[in-house]
Formats: sequence, structure tokens, C-alpha cells
Amino acid sequence: MKYEAVIGLEVHAQLATKSKLFCPCSTAFGAKPNTNICPVCSGQAGALPVLNKMAVEMAVKSGLALGCTIQEKSIFARKNYFYPDLPKGYQISQYEKPLCLNGHLDIVTDGKLKRVHIQRIHMEEDAGKLLHETGHENFSHVDLNRCSTPLIEIVSGPDLSTPQEAADTYRKLRNILVYLEVCDGNMQEGNLRCDANVSLRPIGAKAFGTRSEIKNVNSFKFLENAIAYEIKRQAEILDGGGKVVQETRLWNQAKQMTTSMRSKEEAHDYRYFPDPDLLPLVVDTLWIEKIKSSLPELPEAKAERFVSDYGLPEQDAQVLTAEKPMAHYFEECIVGFNAPKKIANWIMAELMRELKSRELDITQIKMKPNQLAHMVALIENGTISGAIGKTIFMEMLNSGTDPDKIIEAKGLKQVTDTSTIEIVIDKIIAKETENVQRYKSGKTNVFGFFVGAVMKEMGGKANPKIVNEILRKKLN
Amino acid sequence: MKVKELSEKLARKEIASVEITESYFKKIEKLNPKLNCYLTLCKESALKTAKESDERRSKGKTLGPLDGIPIALKDIFITEGVKTTCASKILENYNPPYEGTTAAAFKKAGAVLLGKLNMDEFAMGSSNEFSAFGPVKNPWNLDCIPGGSSGGSAAAVAADLCVAATGTDTGGSIRQPAALCNIVGLKPTYGRVTRYGLIAFASSLDQAGPMTKDVTDAALMMNVMAGFDPMDSTSLNVPVPDYTASLTKPINGLKLGIPKEYFIDGIDSEVKQAIEIAAKKYETLGAKVETISLPHTKYAVPAYYIIAPAEASANLARYDGVRFGLRTPKPEDLLDLYEKSRTFGFGPEVTLRIVLGTYVLSTGYYDAYYLKAQKVRTLIKKDFLEALQKVDAILTPTAPTPAFKIGEKTDDPLKMYLSDIFTIPVNLAGLPALSLPCGFSKAGLPIGMQLIGKHLGEEKLFQIGFAYEQATEWHKRRPAL
Repeated sequence: MKYEAVIGLEVHAQLATKSKLFCPCSTAFGAKPNTNICPVCSGQAGALPVLNKMAVEMAVKSGLALGCTIQEKSIFARKNYFYPDLPKGYQISQYEKPLCLNGHLDIVTDGKLKRVHIQRIHMEEDAGKLLHETGHENFSHVDLNRCSTPLIEIVSGPDLSTPQEAADTYRKLRNILVYLEVCDGNMQEGNLRCDANVSLRPIGAKAFGTRSEIKNVNSFKFLENAIAYEIKRQAEILDGGGKVVQETRLWNQAKQMTTSMRSKEEAHDYRYFPDPDLLPLVVDTLWIEKIKSSLPELPEAKAERFVSDYGLPEQDAQVLTAEKPMAHYFEECIVGFNAPKKIANWIMAELMRELKSRELDITQIKMKPNQLAHMVALIENGTISGAIGKTIFMEMLNSGTDPDKIIEAKGLKQVTDTSTIEIVIDKIIAKETENVQRYKSGKTNVFGFFVGAVMKEMGGKANPKIVNEILRKKLN
Repeated sequence: MKVKELSEKLARKEIASVEITESYFKKIEKLNPKLNCYLTLCKESALKTAKESDERRSKGKTLGPLDGIPIALKDIFITEGVKTTCASKILENYNPPYEGTTAAAFKKAGAVLLGKLNMDEFAMGSSNEFSAFGPVKNPWNLDCIPGGSSGGSAAAVAADLCVAATGTDTGGSIRQPAALCNIVGLKPTYGRVTRYGLIAFASSLDQAGPMTKDVTDAALMMNVMAGFDPMDSTSLNVPVPDYTASLTKPINGLKLGIPKEYFIDGIDSEVKQAIEIAAKKYETLGAKVETISLPHTKYAVPAYYIIAPAEASANLARYDGVRFGLRTPKPEDLLDLYEKSRTFGFGPEVTLRIVLGTYVLSTGYYDAYYLKAQKVRTLIKKDFLEALQKVDAILTPTAPTPAFKIGEKTDDPLKMYLSDIFTIPVNLAGLPALSLPCGFSKAGLPIGMQLIGKHLGEEKLFQIGFAYEQATEWHKRRPAL
């Protein structure tokens, strides 16, 4: 039978606050275990939570950017379960009354626009971490540094039908959150985590099939792989006359498969109830308006502006605005040299390729936007050739040295002096008598050979236009 | 010795704090084996604090009326560096790594901490028989319970093993033992006194308050305890008055309401009579007494025994043997660690309430129990708000009977739970209530009355209580030990 997949995402994003959700402890990543803790986040007897206002503001920002209705009154609840990384024995989360409801996100997959429903965004605190590899070999250790760092959970509707759509949604969500500066979006550090709910139903059917929830899909690629695997797995079960079991499954990237983590029967009864230590969270209209007015330009609006203001093709605008630091880098370049398309080409072809192969992001490179801009300007005004530009580009990327200094140090300045070029050309024509004959007999495609020979002789520094002109004159 | 009395003596330099502190420790050494009030004594630090207070005073400086006064805290108040057990085996060796706000406030006021007082484990109980460290005896009759859960505090104040003490009140835990031991106890408005550094039982009901020998002392203690605490989200950000300022205001013309629903079957006839006499006394003092109705009273106890255990079941989840407190020595696995640590660490009443609370929050039962109980709570609150529009305060018995015998009700939780039948509704409504001595039974056991006030109406309660105290002698009686 033919099936269609029904996919929904639950994305956990760590908010980029300096302090934790309910205490003043630092949220810094990578600190020595159990150094960023206090009586509150370590669950000491008698300690109480106090809500971090900045976290609320960031959550509201996210809600507004995703078109949600911000709830004037939302409730923090206790989610009860025992685990050593959960000091209080419950997680403070929002359950029945979350902060944000009913938003949406537009994605484009294979050129098709789709509106994905955002069911809700709620705030909650993170748990700590169990460390099994450090310390005494017979014991597990608990690091509570991450306890109570602020998270938002973004829940999409079951609106996605392919692994690609799911990955596009996740990617777009990440971009928006990073744009808003409410989340660092670093998936390696667990800043952003995604679970996917996947079920199948016969094409055309209305009712949902039984779903499984896939956890531990921490990159866009993993998410695609995991969902693709899960669709195949479920289809095989259904085709074999079996029933899909409602369960939580874990993605194993090494084995490229999902494995069962716990079934519905083993699921916890979390016994949610409103946390009596916290008053209902009230976000009034005035506050919402204030936050709204502070929202930055989001990717879609920025791309539109890149098309209208810089005259970039739609495709270039999309690529350049996908990530905020890249868009920012581009605009900084434009300040240095106002040639948007030329700069865009350098960024999209050379820079992005190098970033990818070096596994760096734009904020980690030494080359400053004004340096790249200046180099492009030097090409445009004929000081250097495009080929030399590439050499300089690599050098700037490696060392962050100014293009002028590189040119001077390496003597890369383009030679535009016709007499110097003429001497070299004469020398080559004198030596390559055979090729001269061939050219004169009508085989004009050897012209390129002469250009190459001159450039080689001059270390690539000769102005190609002038070389062309003189060569043509001499050969004809 | 009372706070005011001792404070004046210290001011006149008739006595030194060190001297009085030493004499309290002597008395504790003599009587505590009989009464079992104290779980921890802080002799060394107390004498040091007392000495500092004396030195301050000799330089003409003082931190206020509590400076140099020996007090004691219920062992539910977090004290940095002083064991805080909540009378539970699970916290038997818990040495808090931080200072609770209330303990800090008393330190700042110069008070001398004698020690930590016995209580029902995690404040769950009405007789102090559920302490993991043995029951407290009632100083008026050593065969009787002192009330609970702040039984150690009530007995210590009554037997003068401290000048004043603190208690906490979730369903009557300050007022009921105060009544049963012939002292004064105030449960303040919810949010008036911080809960930061108070080991949580039921967070929406818990409130700390003073337990003292008279109303004036309660007012002096409240001046230290009350106030906004940014560390407690439910703390009220409202200025604190000087609670001693309005004590002497006349009460003529004030209206007191007596709820007809409080004179139920099962109320002790001597208690009933004592309240009637107290009401008459108020009339002679110029107050008007009228009958009022609080129609949802009978639902208060059942609602309370859903809400309080529900909150407790979550509040006590942190005692899991992982980070602090008791941990079973050789667990087989994680589940075994939890099960053994908690089974061994918690006593029977605490276990019962955790199970009860877990049950009422479970999927499929939540709406029928927890949600319904919350609706009842709203109705009870409404009853009080309506009644308190007509009267200035509500006069009731604090407890339905005087102190009962040790062991009399431990096997019958429902009977035990009725000890708090008159105090529980007040916690559900979040209102302040004062218990003060108003008589004795023929058997020589104290009887207390309860004055319930409006939201943040502590001053008026003190005023009404003080007027009665001035006109009566009950509070002056001390047990012979």
C-alpha cells in the first residue's frame, strides 16, 4: 500500500540568557562540573524559584516572531519524575497553559511553499547531566551545571510529510531563533534539540496512524535520516500486516536506525499540577508591545530587502540571509565597497566553500569584511587580476592580513605597463615559432596558449586585458 | 521570661545576655529530657552571639528589642551550619549550605539562637507524635501531646525553655499547639512571612509565624519576621507596619463574628463554654459579637487532605538519597536507591501523605480530586471574604478539644485530622489568625481561642487579642514542672 507520512516536531531551544531560569547562576557552557550551582538549582531543602524576566522576554520574542498569540496569563507546572539529574524530583515546565499559542512558519521545500502550524511554545527548565566517563569507574556522576537553564519547547502541528520538510522546518526555526538572538543554536552543545513524531496513514486517509516519537536527532541531516528510516520501518510493519506500537525511539546515527527506548505502557505519569511556588506568569499588552517593537529584522524580510535594495537575485538573497552573521558580514562588505553582486559572488562561491571545508562559521574567521571588500575593489579597479584575488583571498582568510600588505609583501601588483608586457610577449613569440605558424594558418584557438604562457612568465600579475590587446596586435 | 520584659531588663543592664542564655541552657538541660522539645542545641554559638550582644550594648549600641534575646527555631527553618532535620531520618544529618531568610533576620536582629525545636516529621501531624526523634510532651501534663506540628515550639515556650519561638502553620500547626500549651501563636497572612529557607510541606498553605508567651511578644517577633523577600515569589511586596504600635487601641465598636458551623458535634463542651465566656468578655470590652455563617466549612478538611498531600508529594521528591540526606548504603541499582532511601528515611505519616498526594495527582484522578479540591478552596475563601465584610474578625475555638493522651489517636488518621478542623479553613483562605489562651479544662489543660482576620489584618488581630489579654489572666498561667 502507499502511505503518506505525518510528521510533527518538538524543538527544545536553550534561551541565551546569562543566568538560569529560576536562580542567578551562570548558564555558561563547559564550566567545571557543579560550579554553576546554588541552593535553588541544586534542589536544597527550603529553596524557592524566582522567574528570570529576561527569559520570559526571549520566549515572548520567539512567540511573536513565529506569529503566536502571547497568552496574558500562563502557568508553570511541576512535571514529576525521579532521575538523578533532576534535583527537585520535578521539572518546572508549562503544561495546560503555555505562554504562546497558534503560530506558523513558512518553509520552501523543492520550490513549494508550505505553512507549518506552530501549536504552542512553552517555557521550562533544563535538567542536569549524568557523567559516566569521568571519576570513579563504579559510579555515575551528576553535573548540575545545566540544571534550570531556560528552555523553550516549540511544538509544530503534524503538518510535515517528508524528511526534507522536517529538516527545512528545523533549519528555519533555528535561523529565526538565532536571528532573534534568543538562542545560540549550537547543536553540538545541545543548545537546540529536536524530537520528531512520525506516523503513517494510507494516502487520502483522514485519521492519524499510531506514531512513534524519535529522540536524539541533533543535526538536520540526522533528522532527515531518522525520519526516512522511521517511515520505511513503519511501512514495512504495516505492509506485513502488523501494527505500529506507540513508543519513544532513539536515533542511532552510527547504525543508521532507530531503536525502542520505552513503550507507551512504560511512559511516566508526570502528575502535572500548577507549581504553588510560582505565581501565574502575567505578560501584559504593554510589555508585549514593547518586545514587539524591539524585534529585529527576520530572514524573510531581510531577503526581500537584499533584492530590492541591493538588486540581488532572489536566490542570492536567500543564501546570504539564511544565517544572520553571514547577512551581517555581507552588509559590512557593502559598506566597504558598494558592489553587491560582486561581493555576493565572492561570498557564495569562495567564502562559503572554504567555511564548509574548514568546518568554520563566519564568526570564526580572521578575514574582516572591509578586507574582502577592499580586495574586490582592487580587482575592479584593475590593481590585481581575479586570479591574484583568489591568492590574496586565501591569505586573508588564513592570516587576516590586509590585501594591500599581501600585495606589497608578495609583489602581486598587476603589471599594466605595456612596455614590460611587450618585452615578455616578444620573447615568447620568438620562442614559439611553431605555434605562431599555426595561429597564422587559422588555428586561432592557440591564442589561449599564448595568453597562458605570458601570464605564467609574469607570475599571473599581468593585466589580462592588456596582454590580450598586445598579443592580438603582434600575432595579426 | 518574655521578650519585652527581658529586653527592658537588658536595656537597664539588670541582666546580661550571656547570663540569661546560660540560665536557659541550664533549664533546658534539666527539663528537655522530660519534654523532648529540642532536637539540636547551639550552646557554643549562642553564648558567642550573647557575648557579642552584651559587648554591643556596653558600647551603647543595640540592634533592637530582640538583641540578646534567647529564642529557638522550629527545626523546619533552614539554618546555615546548624543541622536542620525537619524531624525526619531522611534529613538527620542535613547541614544546610545556606542561610534561610528568617534565620538571617533573627541573626540581624541580634537574637540568640538556643537551638532547633522538635516537630512532627515534615510538619505533618497534629500531636508531635510523628517526629522521627520521639514525641514532645505537653508541659501541662506529661502524658498528653503538646499539639502539632510545632509541638516542640509550643512546649518550649510554655515551659520557658526559650523566650520565644517560631513555628510554621500549614493547617493549624502554630495555632493548635499554641492553644494546647497555653501560649500565643500567629499564623500570618499567606505571603507576609517569607518561605525561603522554610522546608516546604504544602507550598500554597505553609506560613511561618511567632509562638510566644503573649500578644506583645508575638508583635515584636513579627516585626522581625514579616516583610517582602525577593527570593520568594509568593512573598507580598507590601510595607510592614510596627506591629506593636496599635496594640493598645481600644476595641469598642469592633464586630466579632462567631461562625455557627464551628460548634459541631464532637466539640468538647468545656471548649465550647470557654469560647462563649470569651465572647461575653469581648462584649463587656465594648465589642459586638454576632453569629455568622461559613457554609462550606465542612468541606475544608477533605479539600485540605487532597491539596496538602498533593503539593507535599512533589515537595518531598527531592529527598531521594542522591545529593544530600539519607542514602541507603548499598543500593542494587537506581530504583533500589530511591526505594530504600525513601522507605527507610520517611516515617509512616509522611509516607501515607506522599502516597495520598501521588494518587490524587495521577492521570484519571486529577480532575475528580485535585481540581475539585481547588474549587472547594475558592468557595471557602469566598465564605470568609463575605463574612469579613460584616465583621472585623471571626472568633472560634482553636481546636475542638484540649490536649489528648499520647497514643490516643495515632492509629486513626481521620480522628487525628479533625484536630485541625477549625484551623484548616484559614490556611485554605490564606488569611491571618491568632490563637490565644482563653481557659482551662477541669483536668487542668489549656484551651485556646482563634481570631481570624482580614487579608494582612495582623495588626487588628493583635489589637483584639491584646485587649482580651489585658482583661484576663489565662496567659499568665505557667505549668508546674
